[in-house]
Amino acid sequence: MTTRIKNSSGKAVGPGLSLGSTASVPALLAKILGLGAVLGAAVSLTPLLIAGGEWAMLIGLWLGAAGLLAVYSTSRLVPLKYLLPGTLLLTVFVLLPILSTVQLSFTNSGDGTRGSKEDAVSTIVRNSVTQLPESRTFNLTVGTEGSAADGPFTFFLVETPSNGVFAGDGQGLRPLAGEDVTVDGGYVRAADGYQILTGKEVNAAGAKISGLTVPTDKGAIRAQGINRAFEGVQTLTYDAGTDSITDSVSGKVFTVQQFGDREYFADANGSKGFDQSWEKNVGFANYVRLFTDPQVRDALLGSFVWTLVFAVGSVATTFVVGLLLASALNDPRIRGLKLYRAVIIVPYAIPVFISFIVWQSFYNKDFGLINSMLGGAKIDWLGDPFLAKVAVLLTNLWVGFPYMFLIATGALQALPQDIAEAAKIDGASSWTTFTKVQFPLLLVAVAPLLVSSFAFNFNNFNVIQLVTGGGPFPASGGQIGATDILISGAYRIAFGGAGAEFGFASAISVVLFIVTAVLAGIQFRYTKALEDVR
Amino acid sequence: MRTALTRPLVRKARLSLTTAAAVSLMLLASGCSGGQAPAGGASGAASESAAAAPSGEAPARGDADLVIWANGPVVQALQPIADKFGDENGITVEVQTVATELQTNFVTANASGNGPDIVMGAHDWIGNLVQNGAIDPVQITAEQKADLLPVATDAVTYNGQTYGMPASVESLVLIRNKALAPEAPASFEELLTAGNAAVAAGTAERALNLQVGPKGDAYFMQPLYSSAGGYLFGKKADGSFDTADLGVGKEGSIAAAQKIAELGEKGSKVLSSSVSADNSIALFNQGKTAFMVNGPWALGDVKKAGIDYGLSAVPGFAGMQPAQPFTGVQSFYVASKGKNKSFAETFVQTAASQKETQRALYEAVRIPPAIASLVEEVAQTDPDTKIAADAAAAGIPMPSLPQMAAVWAPLGQAEAAIAGGADPAATMEQAGQTIAGALK
Repeated sequence: MTTRIKNSSGKAVGPGLSLGSTASVPALLAKILGLGAVLGAAVSLTPLLIAGGEWAMLIGLWLGAAGLLAVYSTSRLVPLKYLLPGTLLLTVFVLLPILSTVQLSFTNSGDGTRGSKEDAVSTIVRNSVTQLPESRTFNLTVGTEGSAADGPFTFFLVETPSNGVFAGDGQGLRPLAGEDVTVDGGYVRAADGYQILTGKEVNAAGAKISGLTVPTDKGAIRAQGINRAFEGVQTLTYDAGTDSITDSVSGKVFTVQQFGDREYFADANGSKGFDQSWEKNVGFANYVRLFTDPQVRDALLGSFVWTLVFAVGSVATTFVVGLLLASALNDPRIRGLKLYRAVIIVPYAIPVFISFIVWQSFYNKDFGLINSMLGGAKIDWLGDPFLAKVAVLLTNLWVGFPYMFLIATGALQALPQDIAEAAKIDGASSWTTFTKVQFPLLLVAVAPLLVSSFAFNFNNFNVIQLVTGGGPFPASGGQIGATDILISGAYRIAFGGAGAEFGFASAISVVLFIVTAVLAGIQFRYTKALEDVR
Repeated sequence: MRTALTRPLVRKARLSLTTAAAVSLMLLASGCSGGQAPAGGASGAASESAAAAPSGEAPARGDADLVIWANGPVVQALQPIADKFGDENGITVEVQTVATELQTNFVTANASGNGPDIVMGAHDWIGNLVQNGAIDPVQITAEQKADLLPVATDAVTYNGQTYGMPASVESLVLIRNKALAPEAPASFEELLTAGNAAVAAGTAERALNLQVGPKGDAYFMQPLYSSAGGYLFGKKADGSFDTADLGVGKEGSIAAAQKIAELGEKGSKVLSSSVSADNSIALFNQGKTAFMVNGPWALGDVKKAGIDYGLSAVPGFAGMQPAQPFTGVQSFYVASKGKNKSFAETFVQTAASQKETQRALYEAVRIPPAIASLVEEVAQTDPDTKIAADAAAAGIPMPSLPQMAAVWAPLGQAEAAIAGGADPAATMEQAGQTIAGALK
């Protein structure tokens, strides 16, 4: 290791020093520290990833680290020095989440299917251990003839309330006479030939101790915590050979059966035995459901149209209001110009979350500000699908126009004055000057910002969630409300009412991603065409 | 070995986040060095970068031997109890506040092995926690059972197994402004008469605040729904819910729908979507509302507002069944993948079930304890708590089935629509069909 570092530093310092001014001492130190941190991070994460069996992640991590080391430790590969950070960031923060989402969209992941089949089986079997009404409870101390960490363990039990003293292990339960052990305060405190474990030691060996069952004629004694034991029966057993669970009380046999896109253990009559299912690959089922389930499809189509209307409407209204104000305030003859501008930017200075919540209360039918300003009108802003859409757009206009005002002001002031003067000399009215000369030039400057504003509003989850919560919802009980845009609709399916459906929500997100990508492509083409104005 | 596709989502998300954070750290680190420099291994940086990696979206597990996650004012009350338990066992115990989405955060953190050992929450989480394998059963002894209110033990029993240790019980009660309505009404009709009389006399603006909100609220509508004969799921012979017997859309629910319509926008206008969780208590506290249906948790604010209030059970409709609100039971659960399960089991089994614990929790939140004898003791100085406890004891434990996730929203939406003037029978039947469709 040491030699390798020496060698490589010998190689690298040479050209570095020869470049003289570019390799100052602080820069050199920073680079050593930086690359050291890279290597250190990679080394420290390796055991974590190995323990988790994340092999792909491990390979990716080391490829990334090796790439960084290779690129920055030599003086070759200069272009890569500029490209690599961006590429890595793109991979980690954009490509990986997209890939995970795509991967998830082919599964039935959600509430009830969060674990593997083994997890589900072990939970089902473990949960079947129940206390019978007549079963005994004990004060427990754990002793060992071996080590406190590995056992073998023996349970010393004092029955409550009868105070009978027993020792128990895998072989069974045997009563103890008073002279073998010391009993104090209802617990066995010492036993000949045994080391008594402290509470901490019992906890540390918890996995082994909870696996120890002391068979009795009624069932088995199991530890509960560090100092109690109870007699209970495990009614269910899993047979890996037949892949079935048997109930020893009712004699029922539960086999794996398909329900919708999930598998459950169910009895011979086809009714589910347990709530637990497990994650499974379901192929294109989520996509098929998205495009064929009439309720989902119609709701999503409706919200797709509304998403477009909302995004276009938000951009258009804020831009028009912002531009009008900017043009009006672009005349240096106005007195108190700065004051007006400051006042207009106020909504922008208030955190949007607060604005949204305040506006939401304005729309209350009986107690809201808006209806009371309209002379006690009873307009059901949030209860009517159309009015709720208007309410969302109005709120978004309020929080959005100062931004448009700022960029329009900036763009207007950046336009050369001589163009306006030339138009004036040519005899154009000020309206013609604005529409035919200034506005097209302005559009060239702000078009990319309008596109990004559109993309932002296309996925503007906050305003929907905080102003209407997606509502009003159909009385028939659909999950997607009248003001839900695609992203908030996907959220409601993933985390909303009917339990989390991560797989299905991922499928919606993937479709949403494709739609957004196509729309962005069209917009950029259009923006390029605008540039020909110049 | 599991394939990439079957790995649990949460674990994957967590690890990729950790990796992402580490990689970005590397990039930041490498980005700041401008000149040419040799490669070198600085092993000292390793531990620092590991510490800098965040633990993902769910809150990080506290650094203590035993960690309890809870929410709200109980956290302060729990810490001394936890410290005492820690002293007795020579360990450190930390009570952490998880302010939002406690249940979801717990399921996610537990699955990734980074969750708490104990979590405290309402009993209706049990179905979802069990289907996700997030909690283990808690054995309640026969003596403990004898001490607890029967409704509390029923609530934490799920498919014949007990999964939590009850700490407090709560349900909706009727709070009245004594200045506007001096007497507790014996029926819902009496309530309306007294409330409307106050409105007619000009002393009150509203007869009753029962929050509906734009989305509806099936929990708050439950007293009226049950009084008219509505039920959610039928019961099997062994007392567990029968998800094949859905009550929404059946006769009783339609009778309830008709009652809700009579009280709605096209009827007496007592129920309105403009009264929601956001403003119900605030409006009552202005002193302009005769009655409010709300939980005992609202009483703190009502007292602070200086309202001379009276408490009683929510009355049912005259000549119909008694109103049965849903009872919620705050309980302690043992995490299935906690790091210190043995201590967690002992804490939940012993410390959590003790009278002193429940008394401390009661003093912090003023919600009736789950131990019957403690309710009686508390009633000596605090008759409100006795009334609230009796209301909870007479209520129906909120069904903790995971299937309830498919019931709350459609039922609430239907009730809000009916209160808003939609056709009662057709809307309720449609809600029943939607729920039945989702339960398949």
